[in-house]
Amino acid sequence: MSSESAEVHHDEHGHGEGMTRKKIINVFLILLGITVVEFIIALWLVPSNYIPLHYANPIYIVLTLFKAFYIVAYFMHLKFERIGLALCIIVPILFIIGLILVLTNESHYWIDLRA
Amino acid sequence: MSAQLSPIDEVKTTPWSGGKSPFNVEYGKMMMWFFLLSDAFTFSSLLIAYGSLRFSSSSWPAPDLVFQSVPGLYDSGKPLVFVGLMTFILILSSVTMVLAVEAGHRMAKKEVFWWMIATIIGGFTFLGCQALEWTHLHHEGFWWGSIPNMEELKHLFKGGAEATYGTYAQQFANLFFTITGFHGFHVFSGVIINIIITINVLAGTYQKRGSYLMIEKVGLYWHFVDLVWVFVFTFFYLV
Repeated sequence: MSSESAEVHHDEHGHGEGMTRKKIINVFLILLGITVVEFIIALWLVPSNYIPLHYANPIYIVLTLFKAFYIVAYFMHLKFERIGLALCIIVPILFIIGLILVLTNESHYWIDLRA
Repeated sequence: MSAQLSPIDEVKTTPWSGGKSPFNVEYGKMMMWFFLLSDAFTFSSLLIAYGSLRFSSSSWPAPDLVFQSVPGLYDSGKPLVFVGLMTFILILSSVTMVLAVEAGHRMAKKEVFWWMIATIIGGFTFLGCQALEWTHLHHEGFWWGSIPNMEELKHLFKGGAEATYGTYAQQFANLFFTITGFHGFHVFSGVIINIIITINVLAGTYQKRGSYLMIEKVGLYWHFVDLVWVFVFTFFYLV
């Protein structure tokens, strides 16, 4: 087992697509930057009515998805794995999107029940 | 084993017949990915349940009114500052974790050890902050099944019918403690796993094995915990 893992490890190195320190710092700065932008929207742009709240919420969600992409692709290294593994992990996320669609539809119905 | 092999016992060598990993990753790493996928389903079920309850409610405690204290410094008037610090700490500990993985690729035992220590400190700091956050909300009267009195609740809502405040404040409290609690439990187990792995690093286990792949596996778990926090942060504190 240990010899096999060493072999796989070397193979991975052969791709030459590791995370260098410079790349790590870059991704960190991107994540930090996105978080700072979210704070600027939440603490300054929304309270002083530059952006109405119903515009701010989709912006937060898009920025969050960007952060998620950077964490999964670079920190979790998924971008450099074989496409088969990446698809195995990403395609089942469709189930989550399905649940979001079902439950937002359901909660529309609950609003009418509560009114 | 006899010298003569029947065709069925011949060693398979092509990728899809079991000769080697078709994904070119070691078994444990692949299983970690599959576990994280299942954990992602659990967390998204919780968060989507929260979302749909909140979406269907006519009022909800405003995050910048509920979370506006910095423990030990300000009792109110500083919305999102403390949670911003927590987010920063967790992202930072994710960075030290990737640096540990990177040092592992170079077989630099000492560097791996110190980056792992940094990651563990980050994890404990985050847990400490979360404990302070929980204590603060608990003192205000929030807990599973309990909410502050009506007078205080009025200061936590922006609009909506006052008759509905009790119901929605209770839903908020239950969901907040359940979801951040479940996440905090993940952080805690992550820290424990990191400590075990760090002891192994110190003992030279991975140096002998010839690869620091184990660091990558626990790293995946740690980044996942960070990833979940990104979503919890957005949906509880920003939206």
